[in-house]
Amino acid sequence: MQISRIPKILFFAVCVRPLVLIALGLNIVNRKGLPTSGPAVIAANHNSHLDAIVLISLFPLSMIHRVRPAAAADYFLANPWRAWFSKNIMGIIPLDRTGGTDLDVLFESCREALDRGEVLILFPEGSRGDPEKMGRVRKGIVHLLKDREHIDVIPIVMHGLGRALPRGEALFVPFNCDVVIGDALRVSGTAAEFTQKLKLSFHKLLNCCLTRNPEDSEK
Amino acid sequence: MPEIPRHSAIAMGIILGLLVIATCVRLLLAKKHPGKDFTELRQRIQSWWWMVGSLFVVLSASTGTAIVFFGLLSFLALKEFLSIVPTRHADRRVIFWAYLSIPFQFYWVYLEWYGMFIIFIPVYLFLFLPLRMVLIGETSGFIRAIATLHWMTMLAVFCISHIAYLVTLPVKNQDAGAIGLVLFLLFMTQFNDVCQFIWGKSFGRHKIIPKVSPNKTWEGFLGGGVTIVLCSGILAPLLTPLSWQYGLLAGALIGASGFVGDVVVSSVKRDLQIKDSSQLIPGHGGLLDRMDSLLYTSPLFFHFVYFLCY
Repeated sequence: MQISRIPKILFFAVCVRPLVLIALGLNIVNRKGLPTSGPAVIAANHNSHLDAIVLISLFPLSMIHRVRPAAAADYFLANPWRAWFSKNIMGIIPLDRTGGTDLDVLFESCREALDRGEVLILFPEGSRGDPEKMGRVRKGIVHLLKDREHIDVIPIVMHGLGRALPRGEALFVPFNCDVVIGDALRVSGTAAEFTQKLKLSFHKLLNCCLTRNPEDSEK
Repeated sequence: MPEIPRHSAIAMGIILGLLVIATCVRLLLAKKHPGKDFTELRQRIQSWWWMVGSLFVVLSASTGTAIVFFGLLSFLALKEFLSIVPTRHADRRVIFWAYLSIPFQFYWVYLEWYGMFIIFIPVYLFLFLPLRMVLIGETSGFIRAIATLHWMTMLAVFCISHIAYLVTLPVKNQDAGAIGLVLFLLFMTQFNDVCQFIWGKSFGRHKIIPKVSPNKTWEGFLGGGVTIVLCSGILAPLLTPLSWQYGLLAGALIGASGFVGDVVVSSVKRDLQIKDSSQLIPGHGGLLDRMDSLLYTSPLFFHFVYFLCY
């Protein structure tokens, strides 16, 4: 085993797993829909810093070093401490989202990861946005998979993490959270068609959430 | 490990025996009908092993361990409640304080400070939470938010802490010890659920509250109730300081209040249009689905015993 994997495995085994079990508590729907090997792309909604941590914790410890969240370079590499944590513990793939970069260059490292057979976690909404509200689904994912249309895209919807630790809050408050795993999709047709398909899938999965109230769905 | 008093040890042995029988029946059924899917039954019985096993371990370890265990149950129950009910985003910090009440409440139990234990939630916490909410300043939906939070802490913290207090009561039945009361309450409450279900399934005709719980019938309620009253009359003198006459009354109390707890939690779930409160216990649903009757039986049984014997 490579030394570099050890911090991530230790962190998830000793800190994350017990915390997710007791302080959070997950209601997982369709767990067997998770990919057992790469390459695969997980497209999840984004409400909280906990999202990526919870998603990685769903995978067996033997596999977590191959599960890599794509994350904004400007935020996660902003200071040396955060950068060390992001790279060595979370194993992020930094994305330069300042806009100037060419899309192909932007996704270069993501494509390399997929070609190594890794599982890539993407948040197609971009940033975390308002708590528990679905933002606009962006088209980047279609660009990323342009020449790799055989790769499964697994939509996952999480609900409740935006209550436990929303954007801009430092206080963690325990809440049960839903993690609903959808059926795998493949990129086909135009970018707009695929993002529409993904959006529909997200909305369908949201309805399986226990922690979502009837009133929320009317918003 | 302190010695377990004789009657409590026998009671634990009998419960483990029942679980062994349930497991054997399940294995026989699976052998007889190889094509049928018994996953849910298997999960249910396995979860029972975990629940009963962990309960017996903490009860026989020490009073402190048992109090911490019930405190943890209280936390999980409160979290489950607060996760399924609508909460306002602005109230996260108020909710945090509601969680903080748990270590305090169970610390009073540990100190055996009855006066504080009995007023801490309904007086201090209930008056403090609105204040904290006012400081945040969000007035839209204020009444509903504070009422929800009060009701949740009442059920999940105040009611469950009564089970823990049973463990600290001075021993009056030397053969049963402090844990006899807890075993009696938990067994009777769960057995009441089972009896009402079996009686209802076999003879149920007249529905009690079809709007809330279509499976609840008068036959199940009364048949289960009579069974519990009789069992309680026999078991109470063995496991609790109660005489057999008061045992019968305790049985009636547990039968009736267990039913109420069950339908109250059902109404909460029905209002939210969900079937289970979480997936914490495989085969059973959430903690609240399992503890629903207990939320009502524990404070009522506690005060019944406390009034008569202490």
